Amino acid sequence: MVPITTLHYLVVAAALFVLGVIGVLTRRNVVIVLMSIELILNAVNLNLVAFSRMWGLHGQVFSIFVITDAAAEAAVGLGILIAFFRNKETVNVDDVDLMKW
Amino acid sequence: MQPVATTFFFYFLSGLALLGGVLVITRRNPVHSALSLILTLLALAGLYLMLYAPFVAGVQIILYAGGIMVLFLFVIMLVNIEKAGKEEQFNKIWAVGLLAAVMLGGLLVTVFVKGNALFPDRGMMLPPEESNTQAIGTMLYGNYVFAFEIASLLLLVAIIGAVVMAKKRI
Amino acid sequence: MLDYVTSYLKSSTTPGQAGDVLWSLIYILAIFAGLSVAVIAMNWLERKILAHMQVRLGPMRVGPHGLLQPIADAIKLLIKEDIAPTEADKWVFWMAPLLVVITAFTVFIVVPFGPTHAVTDMNIGVLFMLGVSSLSVLGVVMAGWASNSHYPLMGALRSSAQMVSYEIAMGLAVISAVLMTSLGSEDSGTLSMIGIVQAQASQETWFVFKFFPLGLIAFFIFAVAMVAETNRAPFDLPEAESELTAGFHTEYSGFRWSLFFLAEYSAMIAVSSIAVTLWLGGWLRPFSHWLSGDPWETVFSLFPGLSFLVLAAIAVFSTMRMPKHPYFKIQKIGLGVFASVLLLIGVVLFLPPVRDRVQDIFWFVAKVAAFMYLYIWYRGTFPRYRFDQLMKVGWKILLPMGIGVLILTAVSGIYF
Repeated sequence: MVPITTLHYLVVAAALFVLGVIGVLTRRNVVIVLMSIELILNAVNLNLVAFSRMWGLHGQVFSIFVITDAAAEAAVGLGILIAFFRNKETVNVDDVDLMKW
Repeated sequence: MQPVATTFFFYFLSGLALLGGVLVITRRNPVHSALSLILTLLALAGLYLMLYAPFVAGVQIILYAGGIMVLFLFVIMLVNIEKAGKEEQFNKIWAVGLLAAVMLGGLLVTVFVKGNALFPDRGMMLPPEESNTQAIGTMLYGNYVFAFEIASLLLLVAIIGAVVMAKKRI
Repeated sequence: MLDYVTSYLKSSTTPGQAGDVLWSLIYILAIFAGLSVAVIAMNWLERKILAHMQVRLGPMRVGPHGLLQPIADAIKLLIKEDIAPTEADKWVFWMAPLLVVITAFTVFIVVPFGPTHAVTDMNIGVLFMLGVSSLSVLGVVMAGWASNSHYPLMGALRSSAQMVSYEIAMGLAVISAVLMTSLGSEDSGTLSMIGIVQAQASQETWFVFKFFPLGLIAFFIFAVAMVAETNRAPFDLPEAESELTAGFHTEYSGFRWSLFFLAEYSAMIAVSSIAVTLWLGGWLRPFSHWLSGDPWETVFSLFPGLSFLVLAAIAVFSTMRMPKHPYFKIQKIGLGVFASVLLLIGVVLFLPPVRDRVQDIFWFVAKVAAFMYLYIWYRGTFPRYRFDQLMKVGWKILLPMGIGVLILTAVSGIYF
């Protein structure tokens, strides 16, 4: 079979990225939108680590920072979700319209 | 160490990762989505191991699969999401979103096809003599120490923010 | 074929590193079998030791002195009806015990029983161990959620909050131990488990005695955190019977419950093995540098055989003390057979070729057995922590202590 090159990993990362974007753009449930964002971040991580095999360890160091950021963002996003849910009792993205005119 | 059955493991792990991704965006029950995301994360950890990045794989399992997903599961349980599981799952304009994402995918594929000639696949760098963890540690505390300190500040801000958001009375 | 076997036995790396699939599988099967025997033995030992601590006798009827009790329990659990709540999420309900058991058993890939006796020696052994034990929290959360009932849900939330809190203290204590591996004259720091024990051998102290009292405090933090991590007394509020009707595994019956039980004991043995490897010198015999040289080597190599002979003597003594009633005839014969099996093993362990090979494994297993006894002792002695006290200990006491020990170890490492 064809030996596995970096391009294979990049294609997998791109596919995961597109799946994450579909999730963000089409789902109504806020929690699932947040999980799709995590999918996007993981696709980026895979891209970074795949390139770091050729070009040095900088990719891996940066992917550690990406994981840290993902943790922070998930925590804050879920905090906002809890605060919002306490007010409105729904997790539908369409119902986040308190500031509409 | 000789790699063993690289092709098989690559296709197996990436198949699992993509399967998990598809399940995340299509399941009705958010708990099932969270579990599929855990499957994707573990498969990605395996892919990092194949790319000679054991430290990133370990960090992924500890932080992502063992930390962030536990946070997600906690919030899903606290938010009592039963009612949302019976509503309509997808947007009214899901076709537009799907089209946009597919076009983005087409853009990425074009980049790969055209760029493959521009950036030929260099030979894989040999794993360093000192262990991977040690090399990453040297870099993290050497070149990137400023980013490291900023990341710790960021985490502190996130902790305070999450606590303030989720408290009942400030 | 025979020289394949002997060539392996003389090799100097673990089978995982040598890429040897057959021997890795044999090791995995051996670990699996050993763990099953250990869990069965732990079940019996826990009931008997707890009973004797509470001035009662424990199981005495099922076999001689209750020795067949675990087997009877296993048979009972296997033939019980498999009940699942109606509204339970079938998939998640099925997968939760599997996840807990898989993570409890996977830790043993990196646990070293000797310098070459591990399934593999990963470069990131410690990281792997921490990561896999943090996956077990997911299984607990899934079990509580899938049961679709209040008590399991509350038990699961409390249990997972406790496990996550004490993981942090565990991680800090582990980092202190890993820091000490880089302090020897020809050592560079390493995360691999075999490397940590070899660093202890080359620095001539077990890490629990290094930079006294820093190693001891780090060991103490890990010991407390590991008891909380495995949800055992005195941190067992989430599964205490009087509080939450068995917590997250309330709705599981029969074989599924036995999977949780198996996972709990395996997790106990796993974290004890980690503690032994990181602080107590793994497979090294006690006093390996103060009392070194050939006569001492022979003396210490007699310990495995002697321990089995002592056990056989106790068994023979209890055989003779059994009441002389025909009702007890079968039990007497059974205990006599058990005593003679122990005697046989003890004699076999005295023979020189077996004696040299079995040293590392014996000392490792003896230290882990001491930890198991400590676990049972804690259960019989300490009252239960209330949940807020538990969280207070985890966050406000162990975490600052862990950070303090880490900083002081780093400073002592530079100056001493």
